[in-house]
Amino acid sequence: MRRSLGELAKLIRSKNAGPFWLTFDVMFDDSDVYREVRDQNVLSIERLAACYRQDPAVVRVFAHDAALAIKVSFPRPASSGSALDTDVFGGQQYAPLMDFTVELPD
Amino acid sequence: MKLLAATGMLGSGFVEDSIVRGVDEGARMIGCDSGTTDFGPHLLATGRSHFSRGAVRRDLGVIVEQARRANIPVVIGSAGGSGSDAGVAWMSDIVGEIAADLGLHFDVARIHAEQSKDVVRGLLHDGRVRALAPMGALTPEAIDSSLHMVAMMGAEPIQEALSRGADVVIAGRASDASIFAALPLLSGFDPALCWHAGKILECGAAAVAQRTAPDSMSAVMHPESVEIEPMRADYRCTPQSVASHTLYENADPFQLVEPSGVLDTSQTRYEAVSDRAVRLSGSRFHPAREYTVKLEGARRVGFSTVIPGAIRDPLIIGQLDSWLARLDEAITARLKQTLAADATYSIATHVYGRDGVMGKLEPTPHVEGHEVMLLWDVISASQELSHAIASSLSHMAVHNPIPEWHGLISGVAFPFAPAEIDRGPVYEFHLNHVLIPESPTALFPIDMVTV
Repeated sequence: MRRSLGELAKLIRSKNAGPFWLTFDVMFDDSDVYREVRDQNVLSIERLAACYRQDPAVVRVFAHDAALAIKVSFPRPASSGSALDTDVFGGQQYAPLMDFTVELPD
Repeated sequence: MKLLAATGMLGSGFVEDSIVRGVDEGARMIGCDSGTTDFGPHLLATGRSHFSRGAVRRDLGVIVEQARRANIPVVIGSAGGSGSDAGVAWMSDIVGEIAADLGLHFDVARIHAEQSKDVVRGLLHDGRVRALAPMGALTPEAIDSSLHMVAMMGAEPIQEALSRGADVVIAGRASDASIFAALPLLSGFDPALCWHAGKILECGAAAVAQRTAPDSMSAVMHPESVEIEPMRADYRCTPQSVASHTLYENADPFQLVEPSGVLDTSQTRYEAVSDRAVRLSGSRFHPAREYTVKLEGARRVGFSTVIPGAIRDPLIIGQLDSWLARLDEAITARLKQTLAADATYSIATHVYGRDGVMGKLEPTPHVEGHEVMLLWDVISASQELSHAIASSLSHMAVHNPIPEWHGLISGVAFPFAPAEIDRGPVYEFHLNHVLIPESPTALFPIDMVTV
C-alpha cells in the first residue's frame, strides 16, 4: 500500500543550518517504516533536486538510524533575512516532502 | 562532573526550580547561549538583542544567584544576540545590575569576539582566510562593506577566562558547544564526549521527547560516557530524542565542525538509563590539522519600503503573471522619467497564494485560490528614494489595466493607509568564511572586572 510521508512521519521540518544552508528532517517513530523509506530511497538526491529545482551536486542526504530520520540539506537560494529571502528561519520549506510516497507491505 | 544548561537561549525562559535543582544536585557550572543567527542579520548589524533587557535580566538573575550560592562559574556565549562588542557591553551592564541587586561582588571576564577590518584584512593578506560553501573567496570589498564582523571562538578563550578565576564569563560570539565543553575539557574528559555534551546542552531542553516550553538540561560527564537528563520533572529524554538532536540546525548530523576539530557522531551509542535519562558513548573527535574560527559579518543592503496589497478579481488573478509583467514595464518606464540617471533600486514582488513562501523552491508555482496577496519590497540607497519609488508603484499597481475591463479599474486592495511602509535599513549576512588565527586565543582579548 502506498502511503505519503505526511501521513507516516512523526515530524517533518525544515530550518536554517546557519544563514546559508537549509536543512530538512523527516523523522519517524516506527523503525520498520523508517527502514522502508530509507531502503526504497524515497528521499533520493535526484527526486529532491527535481522537486526543489536544485543541482543534484549540492543536495546532501543522510540516513540517521539512531534517530530514525532522513536528513536533507542544500544551500539556500538567498541567505537568511537578505533582500530576496522569503523565509527567515527556513521553517516553511518542507511541505513538498509530505507528498513523497513509500510502498509499505500490506 | 555535572554541567547545567539554563535554557536554549538566554531570555527565552525556564522554570527557576530547574536551576535550583541542578545546583542542588552538584552542577559544576551553569552555561547559556545568548546568540543566534536565526532571526536574521540585523542583530549583528545593529548590536541589538532579540530578547528584551527585562527577559534577559530575569533569566540571568536566576542563573547568577544560584551559581553564586554554590560558587560555580557561569558561562554566557554569544552575548547579546550576535556576540558583538555591543552585545558583550550590554550583557556586562546587566550583570553589574544583578550583582548590585543581590548585594554580591564577583569577578567577570569579558571576552571580545568582534574583529576590526584591519585584523581581517591582515589575515586575508597572510592567506589565513578560507571560504565555506556556498560562498566564494573573501574580497577586500566584502571586508570594507561590513558593519560588524565577529569570529566564533572555541573553548580556549573561555578556558583562559575560567583559569583567571572568572565567576561569570561573558563571551562574545562563541561556538555554542564550547560554552559547555570548556570546563570538562580543562578537567581532562574525553574531547568527543565534551563536545557532544556541549552540542546537546546548547539548545537547553530541545533534546527532550516533547518540549512544551524552553527549560534546562544537564549532562553528567563520566570517563567513557555522558548522561543527559532534563531538569523539569515532567520532561523525558529518550535515546531517539537525544540522537535526533544532532539533526537540529546542522547540515550534516554526523560530522560537526568545531574550531579545534570535528565531532563524529556516526558511531555514537544512545542508551536509556531511566525513563528520562540517556547515556551516550562512542562519539569520536578528530582534531583538526589547522585550528579555524568561523567569521560572520553583516552589511547594509539599503533601505526598504514595502507595500502589501491583495487581489480578488478572478480576471486579474487569471492573468497574474502577465499583469505583473505589464506593471513591471510601466513602473520601469515611469522611473526612467523621474529618477536620476544613476539611481539604482530593486523591486521584489512576492506573490502569496502562488510562491510567496518558497519562492524559487516552490514546486507548484500556480495560483489555485480565489485571492492572492502581493508584497512588494523596494530597496534603494535611501529611505526617501525607496518611498518615492513605492509611491509610484502602488499608484500604478492599483490602476494597472486588463483588457477584459473597459475603463479605469482599481485592481489592488491595500490593507493599510498609507499603503507604503518604510522599514528602515535592511541588512544581509555576507561572510561565510573561516579564519586561521595564530593561536586559539589570539583573536579574543579578555578583560576582567570586579562587580
